[in-house]
Amino acid sequence: MAYDYEKSIRPGKLPHIWCPGCGHGIVMKGLIRAMDTCELDRDNTAIVSGIGCASRLPGYLDCCTLHTAHGRAAAFATGVKMAKPDMNVIVCGGDGDGTAIGGNHFIHACRRNIDLTYVIMNNLIYGMTGGQFSPCTPTGAMASTTPYGNPDPVFDISKLAIGAGATFVARTTAFHATQIDKLIAEGIKHKGMAIIEVLDDCPTTYGRRNKFRSVTDMMKRLKDMAVPVAAASKMTAEQLEGKVLTGVLYKEERPEYTAQYANVIKKAQGA
Amino acid sequence: MAKKVALMQGNEACAQGALYAGCSFFAGYPITPSTEVAEVMSIELPKIGGKFIQMEDEIAAIAALIGASLTGAKVLDSTSGPGMSLKQELIGYACIAEVPCVIVNVQRGGPSTGMPTGPGQSDMQQAMWGTHGDHAAIVLTPASCQEIYEETVRAFNLAEKYRMPVQIQIDEICAHMRERVQFAEPGEMEVINREAPSVAVEDYKPYDASKGLIPPLAAFGSGYRYHVTGLNKAEDGFPTTKAELVDAEERRQIDKVMLNLADILKNEEYLLEDAEIVLFAYGSTSRSARYAVNELRKEGVKAGMFRPLTMWPFPDARVAELAVQAKAIICPEMNLGQMVREVERVAKGNCEVAHIGRVDGEPINPGQIIDKVKEVL
Ligand SMILES: Cc1ncc(C[n+]2csc(CCOP(=O)(O)OP(=O)(O)O)c2C)c(N)n1
Repeated sequence: MAYDYEKSIRPGKLPHIWCPGCGHGIVMKGLIRAMDTCELDRDNTAIVSGIGCASRLPGYLDCCTLHTAHGRAAAFATGVKMAKPDMNVIVCGGDGDGTAIGGNHFIHACRRNIDLTYVIMNNLIYGMTGGQFSPCTPTGAMASTTPYGNPDPVFDISKLAIGAGATFVARTTAFHATQIDKLIAEGIKHKGMAIIEVLDDCPTTYGRRNKFRSVTDMMKRLKDMAVPVAAASKMTAEQLEGKVLTGVLYKEERPEYTAQYANVIKKAQGA
Repeated sequence: MAKKVALMQGNEACAQGALYAGCSFFAGYPITPSTEVAEVMSIELPKIGGKFIQMEDEIAAIAALIGASLTGAKVLDSTSGPGMSLKQELIGYACIAEVPCVIVNVQRGGPSTGMPTGPGQSDMQQAMWGTHGDHAAIVLTPASCQEIYEETVRAFNLAEKYRMPVQIQIDEICAHMRERVQFAEPGEMEVINREAPSVAVEDYKPYDASKGLIPPLAAFGSGYRYHVTGLNKAEDGFPTTKAELVDAEERRQIDKVMLNLADILKNEEYLLEDAEIVLFAYGSTSRSARYAVNELRKEGVKAGMFRPLTMWPFPDARVAELAVQAKAIICPEMNLGQMVREVERVAKGNCEVAHIGRVDGEPINPGQIIDKVKEVL
């Protein structure tokens, strides 16, 4: 039976703003399926984003939704979760939003290990503003502000999240649509900061400048670069050149922030 | 039973006022001379089951504040000049999204890092115009520890009632001096809570102004599912670029303040009935001004003081009247001419307007004011 997405989407809010071929819609469908798998009560679920194409996602979903300012989603979400720890708080947004202007909030939310599920859509570019480079744009790639090729080194979002202290880190791609919901669902169930990086495509502002002639080319790139972690363990360094590991990259149990603060309250109240 | 009194700093009084008002969430980032507000909140909030969080920077702090407020909490953030500058974008967000919150700015010298332990009153124009776009602001300027306590309660009440950020501008002198503060008993001071919606869940529109200028605000997790954004939006909270809707929304958000001046404005008038010289003073500077008025009266000079406790919206109407009555309005302030601009704007040339400015980290003393008055006379 076909999956019913409509019950989760706000009536009258489609069509969405994303360009044909953009992967953000695939991620949104994955998120909807994951929320269903986890049987999240939509009344008690907040979806928080920053600014960018990816950050428009919450507006389409029938939950408590908070579209904030560029880069600040993790900080807004921290306030929601801290004030109401029994609420399910999901953060979503783009690579630029999360790791450039929002980099500080991103790493500190990871450090606190606060129970957020952060779905970060990495399309290698600033989509909404028309294709300027982001901290995730490959070195040498073309963007509207790198007319001679991008001179900047690249952030590996998942490694950054692990280094900063997130206790669940997973990665997949918009091509691997059926893996998206599984990883997000695992992230939602995980008690602590869960980062799900989805390698995504932007045919309009990235593909066009970087010789991907079609959306299919871009999807093929995602397909070819992904290597599941299990398979990677049997591959040589040479074979792994230019590839990206997918699946659950890191998982650890560590005290969660709002639970820690509940202990502070007990202590303050003399219990 | 005797009332509870304590000797405390302005900053501590601010925290106590917040607790009286029902504040249950604090987010901040440490900066001198505001840190005691955060320190007291970190001790007191968990005792009542509230939450204190020290964020990674000032932007994060106000972001967390807005997020927490949307769950229904009453929220406080404290900072000083450089931190206030960082918060400006999100103060604008709280304005357009109409989220109640209280932000205390313990003013120091500036610009930039300026004088971290020196007093200033140089963020006055920023309080109104700091964020981008057109919006209203409510800014309070208490001048004693007792008043900081009470005005913090009022700040929460205004934030909740008008669904917007309210800023309290304290200068370092008031923040760090110690005075006797008398605590209010529960029920003694009015405490206002934001209006929650009473409509059916499917009929809720977070910006529906059809029944008044300030639509009820539902708490996240209370059964109402709605959308909040910093974009211009229609009454249902979803973005719109329709000219008439954008225009109506922007104007309503200013009207909710400007059409309620009688409720929002508050000031003290000291010996103004027959005053020929009016001192327009606020914060710690008003304490020197009061002393100067008393001294001048002894010498037969008809001096008086107008002291706004609500600085924004500006008390246009009353200052305009005083400009007709008085020979001169003199504005002493620890900056090089911020509120005097407003006095000049409102006085419209009906009287002389003079300024006493100081930015060397020293308070304006009564002698300086008396000298200026004599110069003007
Ligand atoms: C303070 C601020 N600076 C800059 C911008 C402009 N801006 C809007 S979206 C965006 C980039 C978004 O890129 P990304 O987060 O990668 O998401 P995408 O649009 O690619 O999905 C920028 C720079 C802004 N809105 N606010």
